[in-house]
Amino acid sequence: MATKEGEGEVKKIVTEEEKTFAKNFNIMDLADIPTGLPPHLQLQRTRVLCKNDAPIHTASVVYSGAYNGVGVDNSVKLENFSENFKVDVIEISNDGMELTFDMIGIDAASYNVFFFVFTMQLPTMAFEKVFIANNTSIVQDEVLAQRMGLVPIAADPKLFEYLSENDQPNEKNTIVFKLHAKCAKGEGRKKVLTKELIWLPKGSELVKESGDPNSKPKTYTSVSRSQEESFPEFTDNPITPSYPDILIAKLGPGHEIELEAHAVKGIGKTHAKWLPVATAWYRMLPEVILLREVEDEDTERLVEACPEKVFDIEDMGNGRKRATVAWPRNCTLCRQCVRENYGEEVKIEGIQREKWIENVALRRVKNHFIFLLFAFLSVKIESTGSLPPDVLFTEAVKILEDKCERVIANLS
Amino acid sequence: MEHGSFTNDSFASFTLAEEDHTLANAVRFMLNQDPRVTFAGYSIPHPSLECVNVRVQTTGDPAREVLKDACQELMLMNRHVRSVFDKAVSEFKVEQARLAAEEEKNRKAEEEELKKQRDLLASMDIESD
Repeated sequence: MATKEGEGEVKKIVTEEEKTFAKNFNIMDLADIPTGLPPHLQLQRTRVLCKNDAPIHTASVVYSGAYNGVGVDNSVKLENFSENFKVDVIEISNDGMELTFDMIGIDAASYNVFFFVFTMQLPTMAFEKVFIANNTSIVQDEVLAQRMGLVPIAADPKLFEYLSENDQPNEKNTIVFKLHAKCAKGEGRKKVLTKELIWLPKGSELVKESGDPNSKPKTYTSVSRSQEESFPEFTDNPITPSYPDILIAKLGPGHEIELEAHAVKGIGKTHAKWLPVATAWYRMLPEVILLREVEDEDTERLVEACPEKVFDIEDMGNGRKRATVAWPRNCTLCRQCVRENYGEEVKIEGIQREKWIENVALRRVKNHFIFLLFAFLSVKIESTGSLPPDVLFTEAVKILEDKCERVIANLS
Repeated sequence: MEHGSFTNDSFASFTLAEEDHTLANAVRFMLNQDPRVTFAGYSIPHPSLECVNVRVQTTGDPAREVLKDACQELMLMNRHVRSVFDKAVSEFKVEQARLAAEEEKNRKAEEEELKKQRDLLASMDIESD
């Protein structure tokens, strides 16, 4: 709207939201002595408002003295945190490998730490060196080795040590597997699955070539005791890959693959093959608020607009209907509900068009996170090879504590 | 490694080696929550170098102590998170086991009922024969 010079009056555009707020505002509702933040500041502090074009108020107000002007302390003391923090487990799948839970009362910065540690710093076992003795298949050596590296192994990494460059590979830091697959001439194409990987508890069987013909033949690992003896957990449970039906390669008639693979301990930061989880993601709890009563004809449009079935129709009697928010958790922020135009037709600047009314406010709660973890480790849940997501989470927190201790020790 | 001034120890920059956003963001958050801190921030000079610079400025307390306290609080918070999480998961598992047992019981009761009905029908058939 243009301002006319000299008249000194500027036309302000008042949004519908402000109009409804003003209509419903009652000065008698305010407390005698205002405590805490005014409601609009509280909204900014605790919610991410997902407007039609972009979300606003996304950064969390972290500084403890941010609201000193209104006399409110923004710091989160440990006692308050301990009282308000809650974890709600939503679902654990039948095999224990999928875990969905809510964390309430924790800030994004602290929460992200768990996520980082969980994915990048938790150790696992994965194939690092692949010794290929014979490969006449159409899958090239390097491609085969890369595929072997991504195979998940069901072995508890806590039982093993890291293998650095100067160490000798021995039974404490390496797991050796053998694969020998052949497709005879005349047979059809054959699939090589992970169940054909055989564990060698006595170490490598490939002989290292050395110039001296009289010395004892050395292999690629110097194993003093068989792993079956040194690890009581593996005496009756041989170590296997986590899933027996992962396809490694396909062989045509007359092709053969003979290789030995050594698995070592590593963390996800170095290479994604050492990631302990197949999927780990988190999101903030969605909050969907209806800003005005959506009645009668508009309810159908609103309910149909949402592909995730967030809204539902409520019968109010007398044939009148009303829309309610039934399952806000399903909201994926597709913003279909705010894209639709509702309301009466009006004449704006001489052109007939539908008036844009903001019906729905899409928000995210800043302190409430929904976390989904899907681990891919052993199929056998009873053995030590399986590390279900809840155990993994505890491990991740322990690693974080170790980091803090190290920093404190360095500072003292 | 602390880069501070000899005269005034209320502000300093700390270099943490072998760290990245994982710890630095969490420590920065805890530092900001401390009312003694006027400025707290971190930066990573180069992503290939594993090194983080943390800057702390306080209202008088030595920066090193404040950083140590922030790390301590972070540790305590983690312990609390771990215990709450473990409790929640074990409670959920217990609840699930209880629900599964109840379902088993209901299912067995239903099967018994069906069997009784079938026996009854069978006996009626024999009679009609």
